[in-house]
Amino acid sequence: MTTTEQPRTSPEICGLGHSPRRIEDDRFIQGAGHYVDDIVLPGMLHMAILRSPVPHARIVSIDTSEATALPGVVAVVTGELMAQHNLAWMPTMSGDTQAVLATDKVRFQGQEVAAVIADTVYTAWDALELIDVDYEELPVLVDPRKSLEPDAVLIRDDKEGQTDNQCYHWESGDKGTTDRAFAEADRVVTLDTHYPRSHPAPLETCGCVADIDPATGHANIYMTSQAPHAHRTVFALVAGLPEEKIRIISPDIGGGFGNKVPVYPGYVVATAASLLLGHPVKWVESRSENLISTGFARDYHMHGELALRGDGRILGLRVNLISDNGAFFSDAQPTKFKAGLFHIVTGSYDYTAAHVVADGAYTNKAPGGVAYRCSFRVTEASYLIERLMESAALELDIDPAELRRRNFIKSEQFPYASPTGFVYDSGEYERALDVALDQVGYDDLRREQRERRDRGDETLLGIGIASFTEVVGAGNSRDFDILGLKMFDSAELRVHPTGKAILKLGVKSQGQGHETTYPQIVAEELGIPASHIRVEEGDTDTTPYGLGTYASRSTPVAGAATAMVARKLREKGRKIAAHLLEASEEDLDWEPGRFFVKGAKERGVTIQDVAFAAYTNFPEGMEPGFEGVHYYDPPNMTYPFGSYVAVVEVDTGTGKWRVRRMVAVDDCGVRINPMIVEGQIHGGLAEGFAMSNMQFITFDDSGNCIGSNFMDYLIPTAYETPRFELGATVTPSPHHPIGAKGVGESATVGSPAAYVNAVIDALSHLGVRNIDMPVLPHRVWQAIQEAKH
Amino acid sequence: MEITMTVNGVAHKDDVEPRVLLADYLRTRLGLTGTHIGCDTTSCGVCTVLMDGTPVKSCTVFAVQADDTEITTVEGLKSADGLHPIQKAFKQEHGLQCGFCTPAMMLVGKALIEQNPDPDEDEVRWAISGNLCRCTGYVNIVKAIRAAAAESRGTADEGPALVDLTNEPSPTVSAPVG
Amino acid sequence: MYPPKFDYAAPRSLDEALGLLSDRGEDVKVLAGGQSLIPMMKLRLASPAMLIDINRLPGLSEIAESDGYLRLGALVRHNDVGNSDLVSRRNPTMAAAAPWIADPIVRNRGTVCGALAHADPLGDWASVMLACDAEVVATSASGQRTIPMRDFITDVFTTALREDELLTEVRVPVSGSRTGGDYQTLERKVGDYATAAVATRLDLDEDGRIVGAGIALTSVCSINTKVTEAEALLIGQQPSTELFVEAAEIAARTATPQDDVRGPAEYKRDVVRVFTRRGLATSLELAQAG
Ligand SMILES: Cc1cc2nc3c(=O)[nH]c(=O)nc-3n(C[C@H](O)[C@H](O)[C@H](O)COP(=O)(O)OP(=O)(O)OC[C@H]3O[C@@H](n4cnc5c(N)ncnc54)[C@H](O)[C@@H]3O)c2cc1C
Ligand code: FES
Ligand code: FES
Repeated sequence: MTTTEQPRTSPEICGLGHSPRRIEDDRFIQGAGHYVDDIVLPGMLHMAILRSPVPHARIVSIDTSEATALPGVVAVVTGELMAQHNLAWMPTMSGDTQAVLATDKVRFQGQEVAAVIADTVYTAWDALELIDVDYEELPVLVDPRKSLEPDAVLIRDDKEGQTDNQCYHWESGDKGTTDRAFAEADRVVTLDTHYPRSHPAPLETCGCVADIDPATGHANIYMTSQAPHAHRTVFALVAGLPEEKIRIISPDIGGGFGNKVPVYPGYVVATAASLLLGHPVKWVESRSENLISTGFARDYHMHGELALRGDGRILGLRVNLISDNGAFFSDAQPTKFKAGLFHIVTGSYDYTAAHVVADGAYTNKAPGGVAYRCSFRVTEASYLIERLMESAALELDIDPAELRRRNFIKSEQFPYASPTGFVYDSGEYERALDVALDQVGYDDLRREQRERRDRGDETLLGIGIASFTEVVGAGNSRDFDILGLKMFDSAELRVHPTGKAILKLGVKSQGQGHETTYPQIVAEELGIPASHIRVEEGDTDTTPYGLGTYASRSTPVAGAATAMVARKLREKGRKIAAHLLEASEEDLDWEPGRFFVKGAKERGVTIQDVAFAAYTNFPEGMEPGFEGVHYYDPPNMTYPFGSYVAVVEVDTGTGKWRVRRMVAVDDCGVRINPMIVEGQIHGGLAEGFAMSNMQFITFDDSGNCIGSNFMDYLIPTAYETPRFELGATVTPSPHHPIGAKGVGESATVGSPAAYVNAVIDALSHLGVRNIDMPVLPHRVWQAIQEAKH
Repeated sequence: MEITMTVNGVAHKDDVEPRVLLADYLRTRLGLTGTHIGCDTTSCGVCTVLMDGTPVKSCTVFAVQADDTEITTVEGLKSADGLHPIQKAFKQEHGLQCGFCTPAMMLVGKALIEQNPDPDEDEVRWAISGNLCRCTGYVNIVKAIRAAAAESRGTADEGPALVDLTNEPSPTVSAPVG
Repeated sequence: MYPPKFDYAAPRSLDEALGLLSDRGEDVKVLAGGQSLIPMMKLRLASPAMLIDINRLPGLSEIAESDGYLRLGALVRHNDVGNSDLVSRRNPTMAAAAPWIADPIVRNRGTVCGALAHADPLGDWASVMLACDAEVVATSASGQRTIPMRDFITDVFTTALREDELLTEVRVPVSGSRTGGDYQTLERKVGDYATAAVATRLDLDEDGRIVGAGIALTSVCSINTKVTEAEALLIGQQPSTELFVEAAEIAARTATPQDDVRGPAEYKRDVVRVFTRRGLATSLELAQAG
């Protein structure tokens, strides 16, 4: 039954299924990547930001005189100055407002209070120490459950009509049918868990160089942007600049993972400063600033209940959650979906009743709620259902693999309408699980687990499963928009007379290898060798509009647009070929790279001949040239899935655990470049491990951020990171032009539950049922102690 | 303060403020922007360069301390003979994604191979544990460094080994679904 | 982040360095590996007016054995210890600790003496040196003195060094061939400071009786702490599991950990117990094999 996907094109053409080495690597391996901080412009000034040391306080006064007097300082900008230009506040991508520089209050530790612009970055930092701010401290709220209490101090007193700290209420599914399902259940399994606050922390921090030409008013803004076009529009709305004069250039990006989706105050202040001073202004955050102030992720307090029959069949799911959105609701959620796509929480399982209630809370913590390597809260959802499955297996004493098998949506049930309104496109859930269990040697591991327990080993073995389903590739335009901008994407393809081409996209790679994979799609559709196609992204002046790269949407949306524009050109090419071959279009056949006369294979023309003819010898009346553009509005989302099995060893003496094996079987539909797909999965598995094992941001009761640098915000090294064993199944998306589903985030979404389930599995005989992430050694130790008593 | 530093074989004489960090000197004064900066606490290692052959975090060395030393940055890996084996191996094995950690990883890999021509997986993972990567999960970085080691040994005795494609994509199971 | 301004000198002789130290007094800091000092300056937690860079001083990079001591000069880097055959033959406690200091790149620069002078209660070397009954050599323009390790660290980030003194050497007595040692540490990742760590050393006589013992704790007391009560218990005894369990109890009792993100006090105390037991067992194995 196992077959390797056979590419349809030759290695020279290099279409889908080939793994050519990456084009972009040539510059990166020579240190010739071009990141924002590498940009130097004549007359460029440097900006540094003063941030609030306290989490909640009224600003009594700001004295900038000493800082202004320091030699080398060009300007000190405060909220008051920004307010004079109507720029003290800006809209967020979720339709809230956010302070650019604080005027009235500071609402989280690390909030932007003032900025210094100076001749060198050293001087700018020196001057920060000379600014004197007088704060009158206010009560601090760091727990969203407390901030939703009726007498809690009001955080967003800036918002008209806001009388409490609730930032949204949102429901999905049906309460009535769910209540009935629970009434019929033999067993109800519950789980309370906190998905901790995390931060994408790409190794390159955020920053920009704003360069506004004082003579023409043209704004060139180089910035770390995963969504340059959307950012251009936001800039036009915030700054009131005419959109045609704004050019956002997103150069090479040193990792994004959602961190570079929002618009940050620093970008706005640097742009305003450049406008006021007539010089380019560079702002690049430090790591501490990145971690304390820019888009965090997760921070969901979830209560889940699963209604089950005695035989393990699920009848219904109920979820109540509180999301901590920090001081400003600056997620980038689609307008209709305040908790993103969390309602995918019903998972890979077949049942008809589900009800989700979500409440968002303002707290005195950094704003964000970004989709960190995640499609709008799918990560939290997947974690909850897969952890609930583990709890249910333990409560019902059914093997966790078997419990999943009994509940999987069967392959013949697709397209499958979920109780919260999704229509899953395709899936083969049981097969993915079987492949994974087979690869890991499940039965032998269970035997070893029993033996260790019987021997009383200090080191215990645990096996954890997660069979996740994701939903990625927003939108369709009916349901999905950000700030009203519909979530389509685009591709423009220009084939030059010599048959070489340039492909321009509205998305933006941050390491995913777009310069290599998108040419493969064109190669597949048009037969032009992938190596003859150059990709351009990230410059809003030269690329067509798109919503950007996050939420695994590039391949499902821009990838589809690429296939469609190539098909458009193939149709035009057919007409040209017919003209060249003096045959009718219907008499032509196509093989990759070549049209030929049916039944006379030797009578043909290559796509290169066709391209040349499009400029030199086209049929009369035909529009000359060989280029096209396609805006793709997906009919549905895509639903990647997979099964992961983690095997861990837990040292009961110290609570420390290590991953012995991690088998990941992913199905992302058709794989454009299997090498790159696997690279994406490796990265996601590592970040999933990070979240489950060590990586989180927490706050003390006074609102101090713990996790504000890489000594406290822990990122695993090669030494701790597990070794991964990958497998794959291929179940194409039926509605996507090339059957691809998107893969950049599957492993971050699916793997945390597998790791945590494995630790719980190791300790389950002691009665341990839950440990919240990150599963730090002391938490394991505490769970063991509590189970003993 | 006056300093003289040989960077990638070229001598530079300069007058620098003592507080200028080596990373900053290389990037802004010499324009060698392949050396990156990723943290404030000497944790991430993306700033790693070789100082007299030894990997150091250039964000935690003052430029004045590098007076009279030989510095190698990523820009110095390529020679008249073309790309260094470690560069070829990173591309071959897909050892990079966003490329931000890559210069440092390659320099650490090079230094490791010079000390230990045949490092096993554990040794490579240990050697790069002062350098973070957020993209690759380290899998292919380890493969790349080992492939470069094999290549370096190969040029000496066994013939070129770089096309050891251990990252052939995993076998897949296909089923068309309607 | 970027450090504030300072004056800088890189003396080429010890005399010159000591002269500068005694002239400039208070606001001068010695710059050794810089792996603690420079990050603190970048975060503007330290702003010395002047740095005296000792990296160009001759004769301080040696690890050598003489007069019954293993001697480490002020410029011996963490990795020099980890890579030293002499250390791995002579002092298993040091050899076990070296790989767990910081990370491989930091270890290329950071110095053992710098770590001792820094006196961070989360630092590892001080515990190793306490367990090994080390002494440090403090040198100034007016002379030289030897300070036993147990008197060296006086408080958090505070040592017995005077402002005009340079720590020029740390030395540990070399025991006989039947010596074993270990360093058990719990870090959340490479580059993390220990949540709790225990340095152990056992010296055995011909009959296998314990004639020398060292136990010291990292990260679980306000400063690195030598568990003299447990050491006294071990000396003169035949090693046994029960004995080690008892020593581990004393070590756990001696610890005064705090609740923090690395875990509650009770947890850390229990880890000290587990590590002391495991560390003594490993030390014994090595000593018996020696
Ligand atoms: C990411 C990271 C992780 C780390 N993890 C650990 C760890 O797990 N365990 C651990 O123990 N350490 C750790 N460290 C600290 C590291 O070991 C430092 O090298 C050490 O603390 C200081 O040594 P240094 O030579 O770098 O000293 P410097 O940074 O140069 O100096 C530190 C202090 O000591 C003074 N000083 C230095 N040498 C002398 C001398 N000879 N005489 C008088 N005063 C002197 C300086 O003036 C300064 O006040 C870590 C550091 C980093 C950056
Ligand atoms: S920049 Fe992070 S270690 Fe140097
Ligand atoms: S490739 Fe992006 S951080 Fe390593």
